[in-house]
Amino acid sequence: MTKCLILSMEEWAEKKNKEKIVVEKINLKIGEFTCVEPISLINTFNAAVLGSWLDSSQITIETIPFEGKCSKCNRLYFPKKENGYKSPCCNFNLEEIISGRELKIASIDFKEK
Amino acid sequence: MHLPISDKIELNILHQNSHQAEKNKIKFNNYNLLCLNIMSSPGAGKTRLLEITLEDLSKKFHSAVLEGDMTTNLDAARLEKLNIPVVPITTGRACHLDANMVSGGLKLLEKKINPDSLDILLVENVGNLVCPAEFEIGEHFKVALLSITEGEDKPLKYPIMFREADLILITKVDLLPHLNFDINELKSNIASTNPKADVIEISSITKSGFDLWQDWISKKIVKFKNI
Repeated sequence: MTKCLILSMEEWAEKKNKEKIVVEKINLKIGEFTCVEPISLINTFNAAVLGSWLDSSQITIETIPFEGKCSKCNRLYFPKKENGYKSPCCNFNLEEIISGRELKIASIDFKEK
Repeated sequence: MHLPISDKIELNILHQNSHQAEKNKIKFNNYNLLCLNIMSSPGAGKTRLLEITLEDLSKKFHSAVLEGDMTTNLDAARLEKLNIPVVPITTGRACHLDANMVSGGLKLLEKKINPDSLDILLVENVGNLVCPAEFEIGEHFKVALLSITEGEDKPLKYPIMFREADLILITKVDLLPHLNFDINELKSNIASTNPKADVIEISSITKSGFDLWQDWISKKIVKFKNI
């Protein structure tokens, strides 16, 4: 995932003329229902970009809650592992996911040299 | 230095992989080749499943395998004995196959055989219940294996893998009489994570469930190829 993030940043920077910018912050939106542990992503990113053009950049992560919709009564709810992800209102299985699968670069804060 | 600029891009971190996966899928479709992504934890029985499956499947359909492994070609060597085209993909330190690796594997397969002559491509992913679930490879269907020795709780502990799967094969069910294992609890956990998945119980020792699994594959091939 860290490699994918760096490749995405490289792709973005190519359009901006990498030599002339300094990236300050990479603002991510990471859903709770993904395979990404935010602190691990930050640590591996920091290690991977040491000495590179992204060395001085910081990652910020906005966690997007895992939210489902009960198929029986249409209420939104926050699925919990302890409850088998079922809806607390009707005890229905998790059918529709409303949010929590996001893996996004929301925005990039940078300065021109 | 100028003032900071905020570039709002809302870009999927995995978009490069998704883009390559789309390209792979277009290639599979052009070859009229159904692609299954076979995933599980290490030791759930993926390679044995393929050995048994391909013995029968090869009588009806032309098959090939892309065999993902971190460090060896041992699994690929087992499948090559079935006289079908097998391309090993050694991932090195990577714990999953990504769309680029599969694209590379497909290019090597094209050197061995014209994929137009194939009906199905089985991609055995690296044994791991986490990362393979997030990385599309261009497959048409995802198949997840879960052996009963892993415990009933795994669909809850690794929900994305089991949520993403189109079919879940519960393997090693011949061990049921010997274990303190509640298969109904496992099925309930699968249903609560992914109510839409097909589920088949299977044993590579007694061969129980293989008729259902072969039938599932055959129907997918026939529908895909519009035979």
